[in-house]
Amino acid sequence: MKENKILEKSVLCSDTVSLIIYSPVIAAKARAGQFVIVRASEEGERIPLTIAESYPSSGTINLAILKRGKTTNLLCSLNKGDYITDIAGPLGKPSEIEKFGTVCIIGGGVGIAPTVPIIKAMKEAGNFVISIMGARNCSGLIFEDSIKKYSNQYHVCTDDGSTGYKGFVSGFLTQYLNENPDKKPDRIVAIGPVLMMKAVCDVTSPFGIKTIVSLNPIMVDGTGMCGSCRVEVGGKTMFGCVDGPEFDGHLVDFGLLNSRLNIYCNEEKVSYDKYMEKHECKMKI
Amino acid sequence: MQNENIKPARKKIPRNKISEQQPASRIKNFSEVELGFSDQQALLESQRCLMCKNPKCTLGCPVEIDIKGFISLIKDKKFHEALEKIREKNTMPGICGRVCPQEDQCEKECILGIKDDPVAIGKLERFLADYGIKNSKQNNSEETALHNNNSGTGKKIKAAVIGAGPAGLTCSGELAKMGYDVTLFEALHKAGGVLVYGIPEFRLPKSIVDGEVEYVKSLGVEIKLNSIVGKTYTIDELLDNGYTSVFIATGAGLPYFLGIPGENLNGVYSANEYLTRVNLMKGYLFPHWDTPVKRTSVVSVIGGGNVALDSARTAKRLGAEKVYLIYRRSEVEMPGRIEEIKHAKEEGIEMVFLTNPVEIKGENGWVKKITCIKMQLGDPDESGRRRPVTIPGSEHDIDTGIVVIAIGQGPNPVLMQTSPDISLNKWGNIIADDICKTNKKGVFAGGDIVTGAATVILAMGAGKVAARAMDDYMKTGVW
Ligand SMILES: Cc1cc2nc3c(=O)[nH]c(=O)nc-3n(C[C@H](O)[C@H](O)[C@H](O)COP(=O)(O)OP(=O)(O)OC[C@H]3O[C@@H](n4cnc5c(N)ncnc54)[C@H](O)[C@@H]3O)c2cc1C
Ligand SMILES: Cc1cc2nc3c(=O)[nH]c(=O)nc-3n(C[C@H](O)[C@H](O)[C@H](O)COP(=O)(O)OP(=O)(O)OC[C@H]3O[C@@H](n4cnc5c(N)ncnc54)[C@H](O)[C@@H]3O)c2cc1C
Ligand code: SF4
Ligand code: SF4
Ligand code: FES
Repeated sequence: MKENKILEKSVLCSDTVSLIIYSPVIAAKARAGQFVIVRASEEGERIPLTIAESYPSSGTINLAILKRGKTTNLLCSLNKGDYITDIAGPLGKPSEIEKFGTVCIIGGGVGIAPTVPIIKAMKEAGNFVISIMGARNCSGLIFEDSIKKYSNQYHVCTDDGSTGYKGFVSGFLTQYLNENPDKKPDRIVAIGPVLMMKAVCDVTSPFGIKTIVSLNPIMVDGTGMCGSCRVEVGGKTMFGCVDGPEFDGHLVDFGLLNSRLNIYCNEEKVSYDKYMEKHECKMKI
Repeated sequence: MQNENIKPARKKIPRNKISEQQPASRIKNFSEVELGFSDQQALLESQRCLMCKNPKCTLGCPVEIDIKGFISLIKDKKFHEALEKIREKNTMPGICGRVCPQEDQCEKECILGIKDDPVAIGKLERFLADYGIKNSKQNNSEETALHNNNSGTGKKIKAAVIGAGPAGLTCSGELAKMGYDVTLFEALHKAGGVLVYGIPEFRLPKSIVDGEVEYVKSLGVEIKLNSIVGKTYTIDELLDNGYTSVFIATGAGLPYFLGIPGENLNGVYSANEYLTRVNLMKGYLFPHWDTPVKRTSVVSVIGGGNVALDSARTAKRLGAEKVYLIYRRSEVEMPGRIEEIKHAKEEGIEMVFLTNPVEIKGENGWVKKITCIKMQLGDPDESGRRRPVTIPGSEHDIDTGIVVIAIGQGPNPVLMQTSPDISLNKWGNIIADDICKTNKKGVFAGGDIVTGAATVILAMGAGKVAARAMDDYMKTGVW
């Protein structure tokens, strides 16, 4: 079989798609926390996507993709049997997996996907794993089966209260930490939108719980060659792709990250509109 | 003065000027600036060569091309033969003819240059390469008569090359010609190294690089793209999985920043990022190609080498009205090619010499100004150039849109993180001897990863030297 072939496609929720892709070398190498750089066409941009699951035996990896702009929409429009132009990886440092004791893993939105391999690895390392997943509504709670399987506790939060705690994961976490002072986690891992990760760090900081976040700066090569992915951690400039993507959240300058994520807002809109226009035209014909 | 120069009076022919796109029009496109010699011009230029008995030009060429030899073949209009003569030593004449710093190499030593302008050796080399492409009589015939390096079982011996820049491409090609089964691993989705991601189209058309890559493939080299050694594979895995020898040619791909306040503001690029977005990702064709790059009416580039000049000229072509090149020394110390400096000036790049940035200031997260300090030249430093020292109290602000930092690149550590047993120097470059051997058995290294940022021809030279040494090692097993 040829590499980069999509073997399975499933719609996880309205705007998120999972692609199971044949990529045996990466599948054999991938460890929790790592990502790939993907190009969806010959003229395409290079974008990073976390490896949500990897199966060395079948040589496949699972990418969970949230539709945002042109590239993610294009990827989500691909079907079983199609090929992805380029996939490079696995990149980034793997998550730090150890027996910490009690580990709390927090995922938000499409950020739930990359928590799956971490939850699994943390559990296998002998930790008591508390998972807290948040989404806009119940349909956004992706990968529930895998997460439940490897978690000792599974909590969900939805913005609209359609299931679980009504509100943000940070709100639930505050409540949890206050109600369970004797069961303070030894480590927290939070992956999701920048605002969510920042909110979690603000909650955990007074409790002195080490909190790891996975940063998502704009990347080009993903190999430390360009510096597009610069982030500031503890006042030092780091490259998200090679020094991360995981960092100590209490040291991260989230304001800078947020600002840098907006560099190409205008261009992204141009790209997206052009893509949708072409797409709709095609549909009319 | 050698007596071979005492010859019957010759009619003095001035150095032929290569035709170029005019500055006013070329700053609006990314097509090549220089258009190349016509047959006539090449013939005329070849007649300028003195046919020295002791041709110094060859000594100036890092790969010792028989320059007098190929020029004399041009004189006889034997263009194919002339090209072959170059190819004996240099498989990428179309690239070197365009980007070698000839004024520091072959043309610097040219004897005609003592009293007159030197022979335009680089332009003639380029002429022949272009002639070869136009009249492609694929010269692979001899190459197919390969040596038969097989391990006795009929299976070829496998060699791995890491990095598809000029060093890696050359080494792969040479090894394939010797009959080895070569796999070339490249991190990016396109082969060529700096030739595709760094040097812009207007100076080195990508079709030329693609042609060289195709040629290397035609020799039987398998190029594995999207393969980051150190991540996708490790060197030990390669050695354990049947590769007898490995050549590391990963270049100088780590961008240096200034370490001044404001460097992470939106709109501050490393030259690597800026040029990669434009060249490799074709950002100048956005939105037809997806990768965006910022365009502002004022652009400031920090640095004085080829990388800075390429960035500045790229900015101009992306529509900037004002482009400043801010350099802490003076024009004579600029390490860039003379031709690039000349072209940059013609294109209206404003050179701001003896000036160094101390802070980048922003508004709402975006660059607005650079605070600079004036410099003066003091005593010479280790590089022999006069050291710039600051003039206290001379701080001033320059208004700008984007800032491109082009102050140098170092070795990318990704590969070495998984090979701690290979010795590095204090800058992180791999330590290799004059035949490219590292301290690790079976592992060779060459090009920018060993020398630090240098030149295309030196990288190619290293690729060649390494191939010979790897051949010896793979045949004898003696380290
Ligand atoms: C390490 C890492 C892991 C990621 N994992 C996933 C994942 O598993 N699933 C998922 O859906 N998304 C993931 N992302 C985010 C994903 O890369 C972006 O959503 C994607 O690049 C957007 O591209 P676009 O063309 O669809 O949208 P655009 O319209 O181009 O951009 C939408 C937004 O995405 C961000 N973005 C744009 N280009 C890039 C880029 N080259 N690199 C990073 N961010 C960019 C910007 O904030 C931008 O505003 C990850 C990002 C990083 C850095
Ligand atoms: C903008 C710019 C302009 C220049 N202009 C000139 C000029 O006019 N004249 C001149 O002579 N020189 C010039 N140079 C310098 C010249 O390009 C370099 O000296 C030369 O390219 C070095 O060749 P190399 O093969 O050692 O490395 P590179 O060309 O850097 O190639 C290294 C390759 O290795 C790949 N790689 C890196 N790490 C890995 C890994 N872990 N696994 C797999 N692959 C990997 C990279 O992606 C890259 O493709 C310029 C350089 C730049 C940046
Ligand atoms: S390879 Fe470079 S240095 Fe050698 S002759 Fe050609 S242009 Fe001159
Ligand atoms: S190129 Fe210059 S040095 Fe070389 S043979 Fe001709 S005149 Fe002499
Ligand atoms: S993405 Fe280029 S250095 Fe990180």
